[in-house]
Amino acid sequence: MSIHTDRITRRFGAHTALADVGLHVATGELVALLGPSGSGKTTLLRIIAGLQQPDSGRVLFHGADATHVPVGERRVGFVFQHYALFRHLSVFENVAFGLRVRPRKCRPADGEIRERVDALLARVQLEGLGARYPHQLSGGQRQRVALARALAVEPRVLLLDEPFGALDAQVRKELRAWLRSLHDEMQLTSVFVTHDQEEALEIADRVVVMNDGRIEQVGTPGELLASPASDFVAKFLGRPRAVRELTAA
Amino acid sequence: MAHALRRPSVLPGFNLALGFTLVYISMIVLVPLAAVVVKTTALTLSQFWDTVTSPRVMASYRLTFGASLIAALLNTVFGLALAWVLERYEFAGKRVVDALVDLPFALPTAVAGIALTAIYAGNGWIGQFLEPLGVKVAYTPVGVLIALVFIGLPFVVRTVQPVLHDFEAELEEAAATLGANRWHVFVRVILPALAPALLTGFTLAFARAVGEYGSVIFIAGNVPMVSEITPLIIVTKLEQFDYAGATAVASVMLLVSFALILAINGLQSWNRRRYTRTH
Repeated sequence: MSIHTDRITRRFGAHTALADVGLHVATGELVALLGPSGSGKTTLLRIIAGLQQPDSGRVLFHGADATHVPVGERRVGFVFQHYALFRHLSVFENVAFGLRVRPRKCRPADGEIRERVDALLARVQLEGLGARYPHQLSGGQRQRVALARALAVEPRVLLLDEPFGALDAQVRKELRAWLRSLHDEMQLTSVFVTHDQEEALEIADRVVVMNDGRIEQVGTPGELLASPASDFVAKFLGRPRAVRELTAA
Repeated sequence: MAHALRRPSVLPGFNLALGFTLVYISMIVLVPLAAVVVKTTALTLSQFWDTVTSPRVMASYRLTFGASLIAALLNTVFGLALAWVLERYEFAGKRVVDALVDLPFALPTAVAGIALTAIYAGNGWIGQFLEPLGVKVAYTPVGVLIALVFIGLPFVVRTVQPVLHDFEAELEEAAATLGANRWHVFVRVILPALAPALLTGFTLAFARAVGEYGSVIFIAGNVPMVSEITPLIIVTKLEQFDYAGATAVASVMLLVSFALILAINGLQSWNRRRYTRTH
């Protein structure tokens, strides 16, 4: 399933969050939206998901206009920075949520839900933790529950908003590599937002560098490093990590 | 001994704090209540039993606890609706409505009772329209219910409001991306998060209603066996200098109320243990 955004513009009051943003994500690609905070990357992701509406422009899924398709019908998997797990539900029920809220006629039977949730928990390496509650898990485990929950509804695309932003460096590195291998396995068109250039360059097929509501450059990690299109790209990719994290936080 | 009962804490002053708490709660709550029980012992056991189970008193328990329960349930439903509107929507006069919610707290209960009676009596503003329909409110148990709903209104609104205010929008968004419609989001995501606050508000409204006297006696008409509440029976006995009888009925009320509140609090902490975050 390819994603295409066509001249998306979004303003918040006098501030222009996105200006004429056109982006194409090919089927099966893993794309990173990279930029400092306030560059519009999260807004773009939320517009693709249908959580926000653009002031003008269109979102196309596989060539079909999805701009006015409600979020619940877009079949997008969305992973939030702070997990957004349902605290009152067990891990199992969190993952099963999307299946249980389906209209009766297309809701799977209990046995099938159990099978599918167990398979997903195995896929995110959380077998046997289904009975736990979110507060009993570590941050990395919680984010994997959130991922399993998003995958449970068989999304056409997977969107991740700073998925590792709330985790410590060690866990972040592990999850990063793990997400890449999961993507290779599933071949699901995915877009993730990050302000960490190392993260973007390490796992994305292509990186979209954003600044001030515009796309500065799109390319493979190799292309970006070899020939940055602007001073901004060169600086943003080249600055030492510690300094950038300080300014981005 | 003391060390077995307390967990180590970085906060100093445990002994002082505990001592103060115990002295304070004893002076304010326990001593007066103990006096009630002590006074009751002037009766023999059979006298006590006859007093607290006489038909007229039994009818008053049913009315007091029954109407309080229904009033607290009504306040839970409509208090949630009010809190929802006040938190989720912007409209002209919102602050005025918000302030009105607290009015039942501030108004002398007798004023409320007289006002309600005037409105719901057969010739009152609202009563004149209800009477032709065969609905009598003033001087019936329905009147008692209305007074109890009135005085219990603020509790649920004020306990639910802050929880609703702090509710993470991301949880609703997550549910929406998973295909949940508005109804599912409300029932499966928002309501469970509000449950502890709703239960607290319900308990407070219920406890207040059980003890309410001033606003009820005007609108109730106080017909024995029909619209006479237990607090009124206690006051009546006092006026007849039947102190032991009054405290006997009061002890029963005390016991039932305490048991109910304890049970609800137990439910609450069980609920909390299951879900709370322990970072």
